[in-house]
Amino acid sequence: MALSKRHPAALFAVLAVALGTTGAAYAAVSSQTAPKVVAQTETQVEQGKQLFLEGCSSCHGLAAQGASDGPSLLGVGAAAVDFQVGTGRMPLAAPGIQAMPKMPTYNEEETAALAAYIATLGAGPSIPTAEMLDTTNAEVALGGELFRTNCAQCHGAAGVGGALSEGRKAPSLMDSSAKHIYEAMVSGPQSMPVFADSTLSVEDKQNIIAYVTELQKNESPGGFSLGRQGPVTEGLFIFIAGLGVLIIAAVWIGAKAK
Amino acid sequence: MSTTEESIQAPAHAAPTSKAGAVGYYIDDRLASASFTKRLVDKVFPDHWSFMLGEVALYSFIILLLTGTYLTLFFNPSMTEVIYNGSYVPLKGVKMSEAFSSTLAISFDVRGGLLMRQIHHWAALFFTAAVSVHLLRVFFTGAFRKPREINWVIGTLLLVLALLEGFSGYSLPDDLLSGTGLRIAEGIIQAIPLVGTYVAMFLFGGEFPGTDIMPRLYSIHILLIPGILLALITVHLIMVFYQKHTQFPGPGRTESNVVGFRLFPIYMAKAGGFFFVVFGITVLIAALVTINPVWLYGPYTPSQVTAGSQPDWYIGWLDGAVRLMPNLESHIFGYTLSWNILVPALVIPGIMFTALGLYPWIEAWATGDKREHHLLDRPRNAPTRTGLGVMSLTFYMILVISGGNDIIASAFNLSINQITWGFRFLLFILPPLAFVLTKRICLGLQRRDNDKLLHGYETGRILRLPSGEFLEIHEPIGEAEKAKLLAKADVTPLELPSKVDANGVRNPKAAKSVARAKLSQWFYSDVIPTPTDEEMRAAAEHAAHELHEAESHLKEISQH
Repeated sequence: MALSKRHPAALFAVLAVALGTTGAAYAAVSSQTAPKVVAQTETQVEQGKQLFLEGCSSCHGLAAQGASDGPSLLGVGAAAVDFQVGTGRMPLAAPGIQAMPKMPTYNEEETAALAAYIATLGAGPSIPTAEMLDTTNAEVALGGELFRTNCAQCHGAAGVGGALSEGRKAPSLMDSSAKHIYEAMVSGPQSMPVFADSTLSVEDKQNIIAYVTELQKNESPGGFSLGRQGPVTEGLFIFIAGLGVLIIAAVWIGAKAK
Repeated sequence: MSTTEESIQAPAHAAPTSKAGAVGYYIDDRLASASFTKRLVDKVFPDHWSFMLGEVALYSFIILLLTGTYLTLFFNPSMTEVIYNGSYVPLKGVKMSEAFSSTLAISFDVRGGLLMRQIHHWAALFFTAAVSVHLLRVFFTGAFRKPREINWVIGTLLLVLALLEGFSGYSLPDDLLSGTGLRIAEGIIQAIPLVGTYVAMFLFGGEFPGTDIMPRLYSIHILLIPGILLALITVHLIMVFYQKHTQFPGPGRTESNVVGFRLFPIYMAKAGGFFFVVFGITVLIAALVTINPVWLYGPYTPSQVTAGSQPDWYIGWLDGAVRLMPNLESHIFGYTLSWNILVPALVIPGIMFTALGLYPWIEAWATGDKREHHLLDRPRNAPTRTGLGVMSLTFYMILVISGGNDIIASAFNLSINQITWGFRFLLFILPPLAFVLTKRICLGLQRRDNDKLLHGYETGRILRLPSGEFLEIHEPIGEAEKAKLLAKADVTPLELPSKVDANGVRNPKAAKSVARAKLSQWFYSDVIPTPTDEEMRAAAEHAAHELHEAESHLKEISQH
């Protein structure tokens, strides 16, 4: 266990450090007002802070300043927290090369509290609003072009994921929600680059989300999709199901001769 | 100039007795086809399920010709840029080549088009798979031996052409996968020392991708290679017809006969029926399972690439070789030599196909075996050849698996770097290991066969003697199995020639024959000899004696 019994004064020390860092961070970025300020109550921030100290600080440090086991969270923004905690990647199931998604540990309210607390530590991308995720006017085909240019080299043109170096991988997008896709684009989790609004505008992000949603509908006009893994599974299939069945037929025809 | 005379003979026949007879005579009077047809329908073919693998290849080729013709009616091999306005919504308004938009049209707007595309593509995978497995059958049974070496070479050419035909077809739709494949093909051509860049420029008509490659690939895919394939397949089959099909050893089967069924009616029914089985299964798969969903990959743009870019399975071994090769390059006199592409994509396939094509002569030279063979070897009875085959297959399979290393990495949560390094080592470790293991297994099976010949098979009946001894009753094997086991031809390896002749003079040709004799000994020295008649008789007597003793014991027991 990383955390043993703490001195009662430790909490106040942490508070002081946290507030100091927050103030400094705010002072540093106060001129950049790009991220939308989400209304948050003080109690929500306080709850998030408690949750952070209990569940996250052992790796990320008591003031989220980062430590040997986890990166600094100053300025990562609410979007990153919502993505990492909301998909179950954080807290880590096990230390490893990559955080794997699992059933989320925190419920929606707790996740929101954590995100609100981290957002107070430094300006970063915020959780997208319903308006930002609205894809009713999105252009699916343009989203497809953007997806193939920016996303397909790792996630695959069909969005089923792919391997990266040293055991890292780009996950499948088949079960990703629009909110999490958006948050991943703005926060760049793990090996993923950040697609800031200057690179991909909000409309472009909406177009991409609309295209991924189209892929998720899993309409396969040609029949069973074999996991959309491409020629490898097709080759495996022809040897096992195709040639296998034909050899059984050949043996059967041969056997009738006797 | 002297001319030669040839006599003309009208076919002689009695007056026809029926209408069908009259039609037959009418045709025969004009084509003189009766005697040929008679020979054809009386032709005898031996029976074994593995002989049908070549048929699968032939039938899938016919399916390819039929469905391919349908696709040519709608496909437009042009690189002209158009804006897609078909019925697949997620690509509506996207710029693409006419080749890709007509592929989408075939898939979504032509009646039966998607089914035809899928039948065509699945049949292509079937064709190459059947050709490969047919090759393995011919290799492991020694069917390539004299007099069938030429047909083996034709088969090798058919394999190479099938791969080229498949790859050119894979490239035609101009989707993201096929364009990436073409880009790699261009890289391979450029890696040819000195002339590579020129050849690539000539083929693509300028810089990649250009506008010439699609129409050129199209005529190669639908005219040139299928034409050569069709001609070579015809020669391949005519040679099987004239040289007669090989057969497995069995009762009544010798080097100078063929035991089986007549072409008509048995084989006509069997082969005809099997055609429909192959066609049916191909259509069933094509109707149920997606292949190459190009609409998901999108149109090809040189700036885009997708994770999991893979060729079809039959090119996978080349892709795997490139993936395994360390990144080596040298610069000589201002020229770049790309060993990283040259070795895996040109040198290794060159060596593999040359060795494959020449194998009948390599083996004949090594073994000194110049006899004709019409009886097949059981793989265990040629342990060195079987070992070599499994060794090559292991090498090939490691390359194929490496071609899918990214899919393996993401599917099993492994590190692609570790997989690649692992396969680099396994590529050199596993094949020799496979050779030794296979050879040992073959020799073990030969011992088992000898055991069956000498002592019969184990009946599972155990007898306990009054002395406490246990005895298992063996029964002699059946005549059919005995004939099969006794068909093994024992070969004595060539002897090492002496380095000096009778007068003590050094023999300059000795070195070559020493090498050959050593190869021959390597091939044959540890083959286990088939039991002689005397040994079999002695063993039979011993068994009878043992049984007799056991029976007398039994009698004693029953008397008490």
